[in-house]
Amino acid sequence: MPMFSLEARLKRQAMFDLLFRTLTRLSAFGVLALLAAIIFSLVVGSMPAIHAFGFGFLGSSEWDPVNDKFGALIPIIGTLITSGIALLIAIPVSFGIAIFLTELSPRVLRRPLGIAIELLAGIPSIIYGMWGLFVFAPLFAEHVEPWLNNHIGTLPYIGPFFSGPPMGIGLLTASIILSIMVIPFITSVMRDVFDVVPTLLKESAYGLGATTWEVMWQVVLPYTKVGVVGGIMLGLGRALGETMAVTFVIGNAHDISKSLLMPGNSISSALANEFTEAVGELYTSSLIELGLILFFITFVVLSIARYMLYKLGQREGSYT
Amino acid sequence: MNKFDLYTRRRIVNAAGLAVSVLAMAFGLFWLCWILWTLLEHGLPALTSTVFTQMTPPPGSNGGLLNAISGSLMMTVLGTIIGTPIGILAGTYLAEFGQRGWMAPITRFINDILLSAPSIVIGLFVYEIYVVHVKHFSGWAGALALAILVIPIVIRTTENMLRLVPSTLREAAAALGAPQWKIINFVTLRAARAGIITGVMLAIARISGETAPLLFTSLNNQFWSSNMDQPMANLPVVIFQFAMSPYEDWQRLAWAGALLITLSVLTLNIVARVLFRQSVTTH
Amino acid sequence: MSTETIANPKVFVKDLNFFYGNYRALKDINLNIAEKMVTAFIGPSGCGKSTLLRTFNRMYQLYPKQRATGEILLDGANVLDAKQDLNMLRAKIGMVFQKPTPFPMSIYDNIAFGVKLYESLSKHDMEARVEWALKKAALWTEVKDKLKQSGTGLSGGQQQRLCIARAIAVKPQVLLLDEPTSALDPISTAHIEKLIDELKEDFTIVIVTHNMQQAARVSDYTAYMYLGDLIEFGETSTVFTNPKRKETEDYITGRFG
Repeated sequence: MPMFSLEARLKRQAMFDLLFRTLTRLSAFGVLALLAAIIFSLVVGSMPAIHAFGFGFLGSSEWDPVNDKFGALIPIIGTLITSGIALLIAIPVSFGIAIFLTELSPRVLRRPLGIAIELLAGIPSIIYGMWGLFVFAPLFAEHVEPWLNNHIGTLPYIGPFFSGPPMGIGLLTASIILSIMVIPFITSVMRDVFDVVPTLLKESAYGLGATTWEVMWQVVLPYTKVGVVGGIMLGLGRALGETMAVTFVIGNAHDISKSLLMPGNSISSALANEFTEAVGELYTSSLIELGLILFFITFVVLSIARYMLYKLGQREGSYT
Repeated sequence: MNKFDLYTRRRIVNAAGLAVSVLAMAFGLFWLCWILWTLLEHGLPALTSTVFTQMTPPPGSNGGLLNAISGSLMMTVLGTIIGTPIGILAGTYLAEFGQRGWMAPITRFINDILLSAPSIVIGLFVYEIYVVHVKHFSGWAGALALAILVIPIVIRTTENMLRLVPSTLREAAAALGAPQWKIINFVTLRAARAGIITGVMLAIARISGETAPLLFTSLNNQFWSSNMDQPMANLPVVIFQFAMSPYEDWQRLAWAGALLITLSVLTLNIVARVLFRQSVTTH
Repeated sequence: MSTETIANPKVFVKDLNFFYGNYRALKDINLNIAEKMVTAFIGPSGCGKSTLLRTFNRMYQLYPKQRATGEILLDGANVLDAKQDLNMLRAKIGMVFQKPTPFPMSIYDNIAFGVKLYESLSKHDMEARVEWALKKAALWTEVKDKLKQSGTGLSGGQQQRLCIARAIAVKPQVLLLDEPTSALDPISTAHIEKLIDELKEDFTIVIVTHNMQQAARVSDYTAYMYLGDLIEFGETSTVFTNPKRKETEDYITGRFG
């Protein structure tokens, strides 16, 4: 072997190694820098609104572009309510689908049905919005809302939430469409964490004579509790930030109303509707501050979600 | 007797629970079918040849979506080209170099959060750092926003796929004395190629339907434009504007666009999954 | 601790200790490896035989928290010395693993991959080298018409011979075989064992095996290890027919392990 050209070659390889490692490290660092840059730019953009309104911004329900008075309360409440109701619907449905796909479905159908549910997540959100506006909302106004008015709207306490003119668009419609959109996300996490349960554990429960339902409810669910909650939080994160589907059907009204049938607003739909048309520094800045608030809320929710999923992952590691 | 009652009750609970689970499955499929049916019902009649040959029209006249389709293609391709290498490199760092130190775990955590962060905030971000400074909307800004959405998806799949590569393959290459950059580029990344391609395809599927981040970045353009430095038409924003408009011919075009986008996104999704499955079963 | 004198030592292992974090997996190992002979490491699983093998080419350095102390001398230089260039070392010491590890590329490229790391050969010379390695590994006749096909398409036994060809194409001095037949069927195993016998004309071979008959068949020297200790080391015929230590005898006769 020609030794000395070999040495030069090895030196060059060591240099390439260093170069490549640095390149990958820089790219990874880029992710951290990206997060920092997003937060920084949003904070800078919100500065005028923060100076003008301070913490009062969070508690004020005023939204008056003409007189430059802005408050975030209505969009924040709208975001939280729509996401909350969406979860109420999506959690049991996702749980049911996950049970079906892991325990009940015939083997041949498992894959196509699984893909079908995942395709629900693949449909762009603007499609949900269009479909919601043109197809779902009219039917909802014609058939469901009058029924809600007549039957639930007359009940004490919860009645006021379900009474109002049947317009089709509003908080409740947005919530239902959101729930359809987050079902595939929650389902997918639930399926993944259910797969984590050791087969032996399930088999020993079946061996005792437990029914499928009992095994799911008393063995699988307690075992994967952390992961399931993580999956739900992940779905919540999605619902909070979802823009286009909500924008189409929520009604975009800066009013506060007790009824879920009335139009409302969410942070993301306020941004989508008003940002490009906003005139004046304070208006724009208030919208950016809304974006900052949305990013903050989703960041917290998603952090909790990830933390819980990691915890489940660690336990899985200790079992195998 | 008592024992029998208990057993019956358990069986009833089980049957009820499982019936509900079947209903939940049907519920999920119901929406999928309904939405797809609606798209076909409204989209197919509107999908004429002029959709592919003419520009977006003013209300009341005939037209197509050609400029929006080409704009969407350009920005999606550029966003993918910018985002993919960064994502693969960073994912490689997490999988191959990240065993020691604080940086990999934190990057992984942040990346997982960016993966599901609201895309409209990414639009705001690009508006703040780019559009504000050049003082006009542009195709570049749109591509940049899409690239930022691509990066976390590619990072995640790259890392996952590299972790699936058996460590004996790395050891075998190291045992020959191969330097690490060669091991990674010629052996591990190659072995993970199919999975990474799947990830990139899923990322493309995701960004080709994204509307929110484009609203504040590329906006829209009624005319043909291949200049990335100008506001650029794109399918999602056109669909948004046309669907929200009161004009019937605009709404019709919106349906055609919606069908186009959904078909391409779903096709990408299915092809990606089938490809991935094939590669998994042959290895 | 037996330190049998060996006629023509190639590698000297002195006071070798190995740690996984705080766990001491090898305890004061001393032995010499004879040149152009086959040395086998045997023992129950977890005894440290693979760990010992992997210190020879410092494979453990891929993983954090693993370290070795002591000396392994090859050509008078300490392998474990931090100044020792790793890639250089691995050019001299080839390795074949438990499971076949064909790279995701063509058969030809699999073999050329290692050679290209150290030598710039002309196309013609490279072809000659690939052919030489494949012939040495007794694979040439089976693959000479499909060199451009993927290495992952071969059968398990062929894949393992491809890996052996890949390792010897670099022309190492020492060849490490880490349970090379554990994933193979009996016929492929017989192929590889025959191959080992031929390869020792050119290479110093160290093989780890859990199969005692295999050790008896292919090796000239045998080391029996247990829980990180080297219990007995000597000529294979002696170790198998007339072991000095009771533990070795128990293991070999199947009363234990």
